[in-house]
Amino acid sequence: MNSRTKILEAVARHRPPPRPHPGLPSFPAPGNDLAARFREAAAGVNATCLTGSLDTLGDVVRARYPGARVIAALEPDLLPGTQVIDATTAPAELATIDLLVCRGTLGVAESGAVWVRAAPAGHRAALFLAEHLLLLLPADRLVWNLHQAYDRLDVAAEDFGVFVAGPSKTADIAQALVIGAHGPRSVTVYLIPDTKISF
Amino acid sequence: MNRLLHTLPVIDHPAAAARFLHDADRATWHDASLWQVRRKRDRAAAMVEEWEELRALASAIKEHTLSHLDTYLEAFERHATANGIQVHWAADAAEHNRIVLDLLRRHGARRVVKSKSMLTEECGLNPFLEAHGIEVVDTDLGERIVQLANDAPSHIVMPAIHYRQEEIGALFHAKMGTEAGADEPAYLAAAARRDLRRRFLEADAAITGVNFAVAETGGFVVCTNEGNADLGAHLAPLHIACMGLEKVIPRLDDLGVFLRLLARSATGQPITVYTSHFHRPPPGRALHVVLVDNGRSAQLARPAYRASLKCIRCGACMNTCPVYRRSGGHSYGAPVPGPIGSILMPGADPVRYASLPFASTLCGSCSDVCPVQIDIHDQLYAWRQDVTRAGGVSRAKRWFMQMAGWLLAHPRRYRVAGAALRRLLRHLPRRLLYARPNTWGRARELPPVPPQTFRDWYRTHRPAPEHPADMP
Ligand code: SF4
Repeated sequence: MNSRTKILEAVARHRPPPRPHPGLPSFPAPGNDLAARFREAAAGVNATCLTGSLDTLGDVVRARYPGARVIAALEPDLLPGTQVIDATTAPAELATIDLLVCRGTLGVAESGAVWVRAAPAGHRAALFLAEHLLLLLPADRLVWNLHQAYDRLDVAAEDFGVFVAGPSKTADIAQALVIGAHGPRSVTVYLIPDTKISF
Repeated sequence: MNRLLHTLPVIDHPAAAARFLHDADRATWHDASLWQVRRKRDRAAAMVEEWEELRALASAIKEHTLSHLDTYLEAFERHATANGIQVHWAADAAEHNRIVLDLLRRHGARRVVKSKSMLTEECGLNPFLEAHGIEVVDTDLGERIVQLANDAPSHIVMPAIHYRQEEIGALFHAKMGTEAGADEPAYLAAAARRDLRRRFLEADAAITGVNFAVAETGGFVVCTNEGNADLGAHLAPLHIACMGLEKVIPRLDDLGVFLRLLARSATGQPITVYTSHFHRPPPGRALHVVLVDNGRSAQLARPAYRASLKCIRCGACMNTCPVYRRSGGHSYGAPVPGPIGSILMPGADPVRYASLPFASTLCGSCSDVCPVQIDIHDQLYAWRQDVTRAGGVSRAKRWFMQMAGWLLAHPRRYRVAGAALRRLLRHLPRRLLYARPNTWGRARELPPVPPQTFRDWYRTHRPAPEHPADMP
């Protein structure tokens, strides 16, 4: 008997009597200023939240990242950047990105997390190799908690997707917080109050 | 039961804890570090209004899942396969290791980057792969520290919590050529970042754990703060994710409940930095999931202990446990230490791990913080009885327990013995009183003998009964 059959038979034999799934209540937002809540939560996870229109995005990038030489744009239509990356870009090249600009699909006000879909293959690693990350997020794409996030997202349709909550970090040495463990050393969420683009 | 396990030495938790406590400074510091994490957890939990409701939901979802586990495992397999993920089944650690090695060989992989997975620790994957000529690099910083030191993790969330920064500085100096005497956390982490980035880019394969596998969609979720699981998985041509059977949950929506609890319980963060959802391999790459039993279906068969399979490995029970904090993770001699480890491990080997259920004050703090409401302290109490019955307790202790039982079962005998003992204790010389058999007296003084028994005190102080009918 192969292991699969053996395991499934053992589990079926030993499982407890059926218990119902409890179902999930909705846990609505405690207030309605989701943007304020999100900003607070983002600060709590060491991210910065800015608000501004797409027209001023270029200025913001120049002001905030004066030293950035390689600016990669996953959204060349929103910000041209210095380099366009796609599935064929070599990993070694991705590792030289100073700033990666990409679209977030949804923000969770309770935790400061932003859902980023990374369907095209080459983009997945870029999210984690770039030195800095700028996430563009329409302000009307904020929800209160994860339950609402899963309601709105079509997670299974994405090959890969990730909630990003602030820069990569570690506290493995003496419990001291170090920002920039392996991945981006900073995350800025650019909240766009009104947007004509589809996200 | 795995016969090989019986050749391993029996874990003597009290002796190992005594060794840890020998360095009083370190023990105090270890205790304080973990207590800090416990307090962060308290603050984070208090900020979620429906915290207790979430715990109850998480517990109920897990119980529902366990009661349909075979169905959900099959559903996960079906949907994952449809997504282009290849699913493998391993009955035990040996089979798991063999499957992983086969996959690596088939892909000609020699350099592997691994992110944290307690399951691979449980299976002894690293030494197995290394013996077969594969280079395995642990990429979680805490695990990397432990790996460079040729040591084992002492905590499931903070593997290197037992190291002080100057020790890590010295280790990195020896192994990575960092400056001698430099022990700044930021400096050391930066050195590790440089070293590991190169390894990520050169790796032939990535191995990760799984935090949650979703039956409904055939995808799985991996949570990290460092992004190391992602760097490995997205760069290497082959990704192998290893998971215990109990990691499966029914639906995507259920994730919301567990993810709101997990990081808050573990470190006090609202959510881990990265919560990555893998549903399909990138074009041209391979994604494999290995489903591992290794004693889990046997634990499911033990009604008193099956709730331990609800565990989401947050580590909160360790951080709060007064015994864990003062005895160090290594004293448990187990891949999963602390209160939950003390329930899981006797299931794997009741002889080897017989002392673990006694490594608890039964204060119940572990059960209070557990995000999935496992009745940890009740199970520890149950294990004590099972272990004792199975003869896993020393003859002296068994004899003592029998005596105590005999005495406590008869009020008259108890009173007479108590009176005799009170008189005796006042006159016994210290040398006799604190002789070897009195293990309790090794680390503490006996309290002074009270002038009066509680019974006598109660008789003189109790108020006159208001309702005589209530009295026996
Ligand atoms: S038993 Fe509960 S508290 Fe302990 S690690 Fe598991 S989920 Fe966390």
